Amino acid sequence: MKSDDVGKKYWRANILLVVKLLVVWFLVSFGAGILFVDGLNQFHLFGFPLGFWFAQQGSIFVFVILIFIYISAMQKLERRLGISDEDDPDSYDEKAENLNEGHDS
Amino acid sequence: MTTTGLTYLFVGLSFTLYIGIAVWSRAKNTKDFYVAGGHVPPVLNGMATAADWMSAASFISMAGIIAFAGYDGSVYLMGWTGGYVLLALLLAPYLRKFGQFTVPDFVGERYYSRLARVVAVVCLLIVSFTYVAGQMRGVGIVFSRFLEVDINTGVFIGMGIVFLYAVLGGMKSITYTQVAQYCVLIFAYMVPAIFISLMVTGHVLPQTGLGATLVDGSGQTVLERLNGTLTELGFGAYTDGSKSTIDVLAITAALMIGTAGLPHVIVRFFTVPKVSDARRSAGWALVFIAILYTSAPGVAAFARLNFIDTVQNTAYSEMPAWFRNWEDIGLTAWTDKNQDGRLQYSAGNPFEGERPVFTDQRGENGERLIANAPTGNTNEIYVDRDIMVLANPEIANLPDWVIALVAAGGLAAALSTAAGLLLVISTSISHDLLKKTFFSRLSEKQELLAARISAAFAVAVAGYFGINPPGFVAQVVAFAFGLAAASIFPALFMGIFIKSMNREGAIAGMLAGMIFTFGYIVYFKFMAPELNNAAHWLFGISPEGIGVIGMILNISVALVVVRMTAPPPEHIKELVQNIRLPSVR
Repeated sequence: MKSDDVGKKYWRANILLVVKLLVVWFLVSFGAGILFVDGLNQFHLFGFPLGFWFAQQGSIFVFVILIFIYISAMQKLERRLGISDEDDPDSYDEKAENLNEGHDS
Repeated sequence: MTTTGLTYLFVGLSFTLYIGIAVWSRAKNTKDFYVAGGHVPPVLNGMATAADWMSAASFISMAGIIAFAGYDGSVYLMGWTGGYVLLALLLAPYLRKFGQFTVPDFVGERYYSRLARVVAVVCLLIVSFTYVAGQMRGVGIVFSRFLEVDINTGVFIGMGIVFLYAVLGGMKSITYTQVAQYCVLIFAYMVPAIFISLMVTGHVLPQTGLGATLVDGSGQTVLERLNGTLTELGFGAYTDGSKSTIDVLAITAALMIGTAGLPHVIVRFFTVPKVSDARRSAGWALVFIAILYTSAPGVAAFARLNFIDTVQNTAYSEMPAWFRNWEDIGLTAWTDKNQDGRLQYSAGNPFEGERPVFTDQRGENGERLIANAPTGNTNEIYVDRDIMVLANPEIANLPDWVIALVAAGGLAAALSTAAGLLLVISTSISHDLLKKTFFSRLSEKQELLAARISAAFAVAVAGYFGINPPGFVAQVVAFAFGLAAASIFPALFMGIFIKSMNREGAIAGMLAGMIFTFGYIVYFKFMAPELNNAAHWLFGISPEGIGVIGMILNISVALVVVRMTAPPPEHIKELVQNIRLPSVR
């Protein structure tokens, strides 16, 4: 029963995190790079019109940061709930074989 | 040493390296062949993913497209990187936890259905074959221009190399070869980019160079100069777009979602040891990709400036050699409309028709004469956008070894992607069609042999398309991303996030998304190309962006069908619960 609770808690926290990150993902690319590009181009960042910069460079930098925030937040969450795979041995073999057995029988 | 000699040297060295790695790391069993044994460290897998992903299109074509499209080129920059956020957050960790060999594996098991598996295989084959034809073509172009061999010979050499490591080595060889190819291609991309950025702006990094002030003392920034020059010549400003907002949104979304649904990229996350490694390697992959993708806009802008400076009002007899070299293979052309012996460049097509049709004669200045009727505008120059990256070092007068390096880099980009694609094609045939659908009694050894035979078959088909390119390679790229977005991505996404999604819903959704997207693209690209404009498009969305509507249709159909049919069996719900948690237990 207890492990079910952990699973639910984990999944809820995960969904919340993913939604937050995807909102930022949407805002920098579809928002700043496309929908509000003309407005933002009134402002300048060094020699760049701001909207153009988001569309051609800024959004890509933010994408990279988002993935690394996700990696570290998930790592913390998994450690806290005691379901981290960091200390697992190279787990490929047994698991793939277990799945195969289940399927073939 | 001549440029050609240096190019032979660089290309020869890099090929020797790839073959050496392939022999050293060849596959011993099906798991090596399909997923490199599942032992690839995340940073190396990130590098391999980056090489796998950055194709001839990224290396050769993308900066050229941006150079001529300006802001409109942003859809490729955001679309081909933003997809990695979706991959990392929504797919990679769960597919790794699921832990089998292929994308159709997941679809077939999760939806407990052979039919679902076969539908996924069909989507995968269409997507991958479309993509691989373009790679072989890229190999042909590099060979014919820089090594001065026939395009067909170039394709044969490329086929031979890919055959060696994809067929003998499988995923294991491919992975470690791709790591080497990433190093070659990023070095080859960055060296000229840094050189040119220094020359034009004094900035080392093309990322900051794009926003910097020109070193010619004018006090103007790069973008101000480009906007000014282009407007003067009758083009739109570089930093402004020409497409409708809805179409830009749709194309960007379709490219992002399509990226996350491309089988040859997804399968790379099956090769790392753990779930946390899958997340990490998606992050590293995007870092390695971003190095090239954030340099490309700078490369594009500098190339356009240098190009205009070089050609404008220059006498043909004084044009540098690169213009004539590319003219010789038909990718640039000049028609002297005002008979002054000088090149003039401005907006508009220089002549009727998409491409120049060369006669066998030379004009009085020595240029190749073309049969196309000239248009009424003042533009005299035709230039194929694909040459910008390859010609950039020559346009900027960089040393010969840089030119040779770029040729080796272009080949690395094309070969690494081709190998990754050929592997998913052969895997889906040997594993998903033969072993899992038709001949379940196949032994491990027979399956490995079948995988090698289908890889050989796939190389031959890809080579055929490289030598006889369908005239529509560029157009069918829309197929690859649109279909991946409309069929594969939703099936995977719903399989993980909607526990109650069943066999019937997933199959109906995939078919609806695939048939709609396929039909829309075929209709506008092939059946009625004269209607291919905003007035006739659905919601003003071009065939390039329609995959996003296909995806919405897929999910809607699936959600309706799932309400009318039996829920998935208990053990499938447990499977979904299991893949959601990272730990083995």
